[in-house]
Amino acid sequence: MTEKLPDKIETIITPVSLEYEYTPGRASTIFLRGMKQGRILGQRCPVSGAVYVPPRGSSPTHGVPTEGEIEVSDHGTLLSFTVVHLPIPGSEVSPPFVAAIILLDGADQTCLHVVSGCEPAEVRMGIRVRAVWKDRADWDYSFENIRYFEPSGEPDVPIESLRRESSA
Amino acid sequence: MREVAVVSFAQSAARQERARNEVEILMPVVTQAVEESGIPRHEIGFTCSGSCDYLAGQAFSFVSAIDALGAWPPIAESHVEMDAAWALYEAWAKIQCGMADSALVFGFGKSSPGEIRDVLTLQLDPYYLAPLWPDTVSLAAIQARVLLESGKASERDLAEVAARSRRDAAANPSAHQRDPAGVDELLARDYLVSPLRVHDCAPISDGAAAVVLAAGDLARKVCDRPAWIRGIDHRIEPHALGLRDLATSPSTRLAAEKAGLGSVPPEVAELHAPFTSQELILREALSLDAGVRVNPSGGALGANVVMAAGLVRIGEAARSIRDGEASRALAHATSGPCLQQNLVCLLEAE
Repeated sequence: MTEKLPDKIETIITPVSLEYEYTPGRASTIFLRGMKQGRILGQRCPVSGAVYVPPRGSSPTHGVPTEGEIEVSDHGTLLSFTVVHLPIPGSEVSPPFVAAIILLDGADQTCLHVVSGCEPAEVRMGIRVRAVWKDRADWDYSFENIRYFEPSGEPDVPIESLRRESSA
Repeated sequence: MREVAVVSFAQSAARQERARNEVEILMPVVTQAVEESGIPRHEIGFTCSGSCDYLAGQAFSFVSAIDALGAWPPIAESHVEMDAAWALYEAWAKIQCGMADSALVFGFGKSSPGEIRDVLTLQLDPYYLAPLWPDTVSLAAIQARVLLESGKASERDLAEVAARSRRDAAANPSAHQRDPAGVDELLARDYLVSPLRVHDCAPISDGAAAVVLAAGDLARKVCDRPAWIRGIDHRIEPHALGLRDLATSPSTRLAAEKAGLGSVPPEVAELHAPFTSQELILREALSLDAGVRVNPSGGALGANVVMAAGLVRIGEAARSIRDGEASRALAHATSGPCLQQNLVCLLEAE
């Protein structure tokens, strides 16, 4: 049996697989436990008072541990957005959809999530949004418990009031 | 050359961390090193870190480590995907260039989330070697076999390194392996990967370490007994293991020569040897005789925070000078499989 070999070998496949046991850390554990209960929990910087959601355990501007379990609202204000025309693998949200930077009421740090439940053309900076949660029975230790954010119908927040001179 | 000294050193107690993430481990260590340096955090001119994303299995995990620093207003910062001893080298070079008068250097890593012996396989040649998945311990065992067959060492010599390291580690509150055992007792234990037994291999440790460097008069102002870096050099050998005589370490020998080791032996040598056999190879390359106190901290066999263990050697050597235990100390760090790359740092009192 003779097999014709290619003149040039342009590709080889060498499978690589590593498994990790992830440790979220103390701060992220607070957030993930909150998610399981349908609550959005952050932590506060003891120097500036800024509330970070999701918390990572440190105040990035002051380099000190964040403290407490601060519950913030599942309503917020959209600060920026883009309309995405590519599908997210495995997501229930189909394109076009809106990826948005959202400042939750009570938080000083924005988070990224999806805005749906409206036409992309309706989305604008300053629009008020609220979380649309999965059914309670499906809540897990995951930010995915929030399916997406949708317009809440509250009056827009003026863009000027959202500007920050510097970091918290 | 500008005079540069280690003025502070801090490290976490090495262990397998199940509760804290990297940033949560790192933050108190950085805070302690900065506070002990006596230099206000916002006056430190440069920051450089060493870590490896493969350990955590998270892309750009080193970027999140910046959250531990309080980097506001923005700071001058850099990172090496290597042990933080090489981050210290970069910081030292930055100070030599006059671009900073002080620097914070830190390294961190958690080896416990993954299988570290497999994770480190991915540093090998991706075409010929990595697909065969030779793990770190197996490669070190091949190196140990070459050493034993060369007639330069016996299995008892390996066990003596382990016994001494465990005895010293037991007195080091930051060490991980704190279970002393005698040579005969160790030799009676089973092989892990022949000719290496479990005690010939470093423990799997999570943790962080940080050092603050300062130049000249600033170092003298903030520190009673600065540990001056008199020379620092690093050298690398070919990537292909088959090209090397694994029983020797010519890159260590050359780095020591360029760092200015000369004929005056150090009183203390902190060697970054994650395997007992590697300590013997390093001692020969550095011509360290029995009068040199090797690894009073317990070395990497006492605690092996991958990506920080080399920096810890420099920190421990500097501490021996700052505490007045030594006036001349050598620190060594290694990277890559089977001592492929080696850094030597010579420290002295005033």
